[in-house]
Amino acid sequence: MAIMNVNPTRMQMTKLKKQLLTARRGHKMLKDKRDELMRQFIEKVQENKRLRDKVERELARCSAHFINASAVMSKKALDSSLMSSKQQTGIEVKSKNIMSVDVPVFNAVTESPNESDIFPYGFAFTSFELDDAVMSIKELLPDMIRLAELEKCCELMAAEIERTRRRVNSLEHVMIPRYEETIKYISMKLEENDRSSRTRLMKVKDMLLDKAHNYSERY
Amino acid sequence: MVKNIAVMGDRESVKGFSAVGIDAIVCDEPTDASAVFKKITEKDKYAVIYITEELFEQAHKEIERYSESAVPAVIPIPGARGNTGIGSARLSSFVEQAVGSDILFK
Repeated sequence: MAIMNVNPTRMQMTKLKKQLLTARRGHKMLKDKRDELMRQFIEKVQENKRLRDKVERELARCSAHFINASAVMSKKALDSSLMSSKQQTGIEVKSKNIMSVDVPVFNAVTESPNESDIFPYGFAFTSFELDDAVMSIKELLPDMIRLAELEKCCELMAAEIERTRRRVNSLEHVMIPRYEETIKYISMKLEENDRSSRTRLMKVKDMLLDKAHNYSERY
Repeated sequence: MVKNIAVMGDRESVKGFSAVGIDAIVCDEPTDASAVFKKITEKDKYAVIYITEELFEQAHKEIERYSESAVPAVIPIPGARGNTGIGSARLSSFVEQAVGSDILFK
């Protein structure tokens, strides 16, 4: 692991030590965040999977209903009876914060004059198969909206988890070891300097004593 | 903030949805999918766009642009011509992205 390009001074070392502490704390917090995100993600994704299977199954049933309807009605009549709608479906979008990920919350807002009368056509010239088809789609609607909410949630969370995981890994395997090694390098350098100045001082002391007492002449 | 829902697909697949108050957007040519998708997302009118798997694949690049934003949620659904499994594959890809490997649905 490469060390950082810094001057080996005491001040630099204190600074690095402080940074290392911050990095360690950040690493711990990000790790906690990742674990919690992962827990919630797994929960959500399992529900998502269940719901998707259900919606896909039901949609196949709906299209079967429509095929039945188109078999007994003319194409033109079918299209014209479905052209308009009595019910207006909208979505109220709110957002929820899951571990710093903003996920949307969808609430269906349906405006219809009469809950039981959703069919946008008269019953006189249409077949009952068409009623079945429209009814089945209406029943599926809440599940589909929930599915949309969940899938978006999973999509956003997956991206956030990936980002967090990258950060945790880079802190754990790159940043923190680099700090540690640089600090070690500086402290060793400082000790080395210490020793070298000590030996120099000892040497100088020897020389001065020698001069003062003329040891070399006496012995 | 109330937004609408759209279903985009071939005529057969989207037929029933207009009856329950969802905007049905017909796109019979898969090659037009990108252009149509671009047009309907321009005004930021829809919170959820269901799109048939066939077209989802075609308009993939356009759809990708919204993967980071909360709305619109673009959700692939099986069309009238049957299920191709893209929806489930997409779900698996989320798991793979988050966990590193597909641990849920093998």
